[in-house]
Amino acid sequence: MELERTNDSFLTTQLDQIIGWARKNSLWPMPMGISCCAIEMMAFAGPRFDVARFGSEAFRFSPRQSDLMIVAGTVTYKMSHVVRKIYDQMPDPKWVIAMGACTSSGGMYRSYSVVQGIDLFLPVDVYVSGCPPRPDNLLKALMEIQKKIARGEKPGQSDKVYIEESAEHA
Amino acid sequence: MKDLLLQKLREQFPSAVEVVSEFRDELTLIIRKADILPVCSFLQSNSDLSFDSIRDLCGADYHRPDDRFEVIYNIYSLKNNFRLRLKVRIDEKDLHVASVSGIWQGANWLERESYDMYGILFDGHPDLRRIYLPEEFEYYPLRKDFPLMGIPGSLPLPRK
Repeated sequence: MELERTNDSFLTTQLDQIIGWARKNSLWPMPMGISCCAIEMMAFAGPRFDVARFGSEAFRFSPRQSDLMIVAGTVTYKMSHVVRKIYDQMPDPKWVIAMGACTSSGGMYRSYSVVQGIDLFLPVDVYVSGCPPRPDNLLKALMEIQKKIARGEKPGQSDKVYIEESAEHA
Repeated sequence: MKDLLLQKLREQFPSAVEVVSEFRDELTLIIRKADILPVCSFLQSNSDLSFDSIRDLCGADYHRPDDRFEVIYNIYSLKNNFRLRLKVRIDEKDLHVASVSGIWQGANWLERESYDMYGILFDGHPDLRRIYLPEEFEYYPLRKDFPLMGIPGSLPLPRK
């Protein structure tokens, strides 16, 4: 954010930038925890990895109060309608993280019942690899979303970000 | 227990048991399709046998010319601590078999699952609908001739 200091104890900036700054530091996630990735998503929210450092500790179980959807788990064709309905209920601007192999590509479920990647029916901003991904990689995905907001990008339109798997321990 | 069971079954239903086999102390009987309901009813209600619970019921597709499908019943007698497996062979041309959900309530959802996956029709079932797949789905996915990745367009996705 560009700030300019005037002589009489005021800071001036652009409205878009200050709103973007507020938004990026208070992304409230919608926990779309469908299967085992949700366990890592809980670790990401818990005290060890502590997403509160990034202002996203307020997991909202109502889509109307959240602006970031973390899809964590295997999405079947039957579930895809539910995921899409919840996404549609979220207020704009809304961001999507595809967490884990199943969500991003169907993963090991090369099967008639599993959607081979949620980008077939949702605009995804950041993909996280891993089965399941480590919570630090999910934190990295959140930081990538924050960078996108800071750059003034629109959800679902600019370049996708792919977080690679890491073996490092926190 | 095994001898008593077979003796009682042969007394009551002389021609119902087609094959008796045993593997690692697990007794399996293949029952004639027309007799499955009276046999199950007898096994459940007879006070010496008292097979009072159904532990599993599933379908199977062996993909052979005759008697392509099987329905497998795993039942258990709490009183005798004895497990029994019954099998019924079902031909592709006649997919009907009597429902045992009136004998064991627990068979209700298990029969719905076998119907969902193989298309086996359980006569007398109170609520024979698909249990996993959407109701408008037209195929039976665990049949051997169903392609692994499904039939394109058979399961709709939401609009992007």
